[in-house]
Amino acid sequence: MSSRTIPARRGRPAATPLPQRKNSLSLRLKRISRAWQLYVLLAPAVVYILVFKYWPMYGVQIAFKNYNPVDGFTDSPWVGLTHFIRFVNSYQFGQVVGNTLWIAILGLLVAFPIPIILALLVNQLQSERFKKFTQTVLYSPAFISTVVVVGIMFVLLSPRSGLVNNAIQLAGVEPVFFMGSAEWFRPIYVISDVWQNAGFSMIVYLAALAAIDPALHDAAKVDGASKLQRIRHIDLPGIMPVVTILFILAIGNLLNVGFEKALLMQTPLNISSSEIIQTYVYHAGLQQAQFSYSAAIGLFNSLLNLVLLLVFNTIARRANQATLW
Amino acid sequence: MSVTANPRTIENPARPVSSGQRKQSLREKYGDRAFNIGATTVLLLSILAVVYPLYFIVIASVSDPNAVYEGKVWLFPSGITTEGYERIFADSRIWNGLGNTLIYTVLGTVISVSTILCGAYALSRKDMPGRKILMLLFVITMFFDGGLITKYLVVRDLGMLNTVWAVVLPGAVGVWNLIIARSFFEHTIPNELREAAQMDGATDFKFFFKMVLPLSKPLIMLMIMIHVVAHWNSFFDALIFLNDDSKYPLQLVLRNILIQSDVSSTGTTGGDIASYAAAQRIAELTKYAMIVVSSLPLMIALPFMQKHFTKGAMIGAVK
Repeated sequence: MSSRTIPARRGRPAATPLPQRKNSLSLRLKRISRAWQLYVLLAPAVVYILVFKYWPMYGVQIAFKNYNPVDGFTDSPWVGLTHFIRFVNSYQFGQVVGNTLWIAILGLLVAFPIPIILALLVNQLQSERFKKFTQTVLYSPAFISTVVVVGIMFVLLSPRSGLVNNAIQLAGVEPVFFMGSAEWFRPIYVISDVWQNAGFSMIVYLAALAAIDPALHDAAKVDGASKLQRIRHIDLPGIMPVVTILFILAIGNLLNVGFEKALLMQTPLNISSSEIIQTYVYHAGLQQAQFSYSAAIGLFNSLLNLVLLLVFNTIARRANQATLW
Repeated sequence: MSVTANPRTIENPARPVSSGQRKQSLREKYGDRAFNIGATTVLLLSILAVVYPLYFIVIASVSDPNAVYEGKVWLFPSGITTEGYERIFADSRIWNGLGNTLIYTVLGTVISVSTILCGAYALSRKDMPGRKILMLLFVITMFFDGGLITKYLVVRDLGMLNTVWAVVLPGAVGVWNLIIARSFFEHTIPNELREAAQMDGATDFKFFFKMVLPLSKPLIMLMIMIHVVAHWNSFFDALIFLNDDSKYPLQLVLRNILIQSDVSSTGTTGGDIASYAAAQRIAELTKYAMIVVSSLPLMIALPFMQKHFTKGAMIGAVK
């Protein structure tokens, strides 16, 4: 910028540039000193991401190395794709990847649309008080910790004394050991996810619905549109950009969410459907200290996720919807 | 759009068609009423599905465990007992965990909120050179992640394993929170205000601490709440980074008791099957009580927090 302004000034009369140059110089100095204070404010956050985000990212190279603590990230010997090949050839590979995709896709198909439907319904409620009440109630489980939610599952689904088994026994059905059965893991996982998070996710859609111009609804009412028609032709298109962005973000996080809950829900009896890539990383890496091998599996997970994200973002762009980039 | 181009304004001048419109609106009302009934039913059922399990846990926590075991408790507690609660309050692990959680929550929240507020303010300043690149530095970490293992190794290399820092630092700054805070500053702190303050000789520090922060109380409240809730509920960092159970936060203690079914708190020392079964039932009772006690603080604070969280969701949505 300065290189462009200085030659322009050269052509001016000699009297004026001096004070101006002084002015711009002091202005720039001032700007730097000002920005300097802003950099100080920003410094802790930058240090944080360098240490806790970028340093681990740099460490991902151990996926291609045989990590040992003495040599650290940088000096451990390279072994190429050994760990990836070992993972792909291991007997857990198909099961673990399958379980991960199953949970992720079930979650997306079931848990993603429900908050949208709830928001559309709540938005149509006439009574403001009932609206508020519904919102508060549906949203409250989000504040219960994952540990407690899984604890609730264990007590309510207990085969001996649980509420659910007491109820189905009343109906004359044999009690089921839900938490100890591989078939029940996925349904319980998804249902509890909806139970806990649907109300919270609904809030964003409600905010998007509140931003829709009420004049559109008034005009449609005058034209005789029913509530369903207005939802279909005004509300849904109105929140579509938010839906698309949240959908892509959900895809971006597809293989990362719910890991803690899966870990908590794991029992030796349901492991054949509850062992997902990330719990496997935890077991292999932190419990058995196979750092490089598990880092490779973690990287595999991230790559799989990235591929999904790219695919869905492309689809969204083709469909002319809002995209992340 | 000009007024004359809109056919509705021509066909429907206010009064004359009102009788025909009323008929039509009656028919509409019929369909809409069906919709209202359907929507209300669905929402009431959803409310029931959320509330009943929680309600059941509350009544089961004060009911005779035998009645719960036999499936006699459905709507009201039976054979009131406070034994579950008494056992919790007598359990030193719970108190110890609670103490640890309080320390981690306060320390973690202070660190996170101050780092986020300062950083987000700097990033909100369009006149800061290098702003875009710095922002990108943060945004990248939303999409790329070093993963669990390398995070663990970094924390280990820093010598933080089994210390408070391992619980409060690795997750201190969420980029999403940073973005929320940044857009709050962008939308609520007018440039003119800063220019006026600068005219009066205020430095950025002074302006930030004396003007911006006092104007950002809703944001500060939101950030505090997000972090208090997150710390109160988190267990995983403690699980992987702490190995000394006297340092365990409440959630990890709860996990060991609720999920790993550690019944040692009931004080069983062998004995016959009948007393073992009784101990089992007491253990179940204690679990119900524990769920209530550990969730109660946030549930009580919820109506107060909701306003702020809703606002936060909107800031996030507007982006």
